[in-house]
Amino acid sequence: MLRQAAGHMRGLLARRASVAVTSSAVRMASQGHEVSETVDMSRPMYYDRADVPLPDKPYKDLLTDADKSLKQKEKGPWTQLSKEEKIALYRLMFCQTYPEMKQKTSEWKTVLGGIFFFLGFTGLVVWWQRIYVYPPLPKTFEGDSQAMQLKRMLDMRVNPVQGFAAKWDYEKGQWK
Amino acid sequence: MFRAVYRLSSAGARTLVRTRPRYAAPVASRCYSHGKVETDEEFDARWVTYFSKPDIDGWELRKGMNTLIGYDLVPEPKVLDSALRACRRLNDLASAIRILEAVKDKAGPHKDIYPYLIQELQPTLAELGISTPEELGIDKL
Repeated sequence: MLRQAAGHMRGLLARRASVAVTSSAVRMASQGHEVSETVDMSRPMYYDRADVPLPDKPYKDLLTDADKSLKQKEKGPWTQLSKEEKIALYRLMFCQTYPEMKQKTSEWKTVLGGIFFFLGFTGLVVWWQRIYVYPPLPKTFEGDSQAMQLKRMLDMRVNPVQGFAAKWDYEKGQWK
Repeated sequence: MFRAVYRLSSAGARTLVRTRPRYAAPVASRCYSHGKVETDEEFDARWVTYFSKPDIDGWELRKGMNTLIGYDLVPEPKVLDSALRACRRLNDLASAIRILEAVKDKAGPHKDIYPYLIQELQPTLAELGISTPEELGIDKL
């Protein structure tokens, strides 16, 4: 999360920094019980971010002898390196290329699915509440009562100019 | 500077204009009404000088590149040339390739900027032996 604070200052898309746990950063918790690899966050970390191209440390710290000899060859002219060697050097330094970093994920399907699922669940909860929690409707909602209320509103001349009673034809006793 | 021609943050690609309009763009991310405004040329010169430091170290290269990529612009070829040469002094081919990937990404929807940059940098790339991501095949998944 330290990287997030620095990343916000960049002002670009906030991407979750994918922290690649390298072989050098693994520390198992003591006392024998199974714990996932902990990353020492107090040391420079590797991360793949499109807006921060060069992370604080190379991806691979512990080099095999072959890697070390390749690194020695890197000190000479780069024209003498083959394509495979150049790619190997890149992969020693970096975990993902830009296209790999920027791959579209299907996360949106999970998010949308989750939204619909919880909306549906909420709907079920509301339905249950409607049946088991809501009190019965007052008697004034019934048809006869509604008719009496309507007649009373017309008798009171509710909104006689432009609104309710204005639409009632009092001579003929019907709606205009 | 490409920001004199494009506002990268606005949508819509236009054709690349080779001659830049002559007006002074403000220093990246500052908006003060008084005080000296840095021109594009001064900005470029400052960054070329930064990367040209003979004994530049890895941290300075990383800091410089990350800061530069943080700006709302695509760096000029001469700035990138200076940065690639700094990678050479540090014996770091991988970072050189990463820089090329980063500026391609910075151009965003403006697909004609990156080929122009590569065209301008071709002599340097040939001289130093830096392969582009396309030549290595790592521009595809």
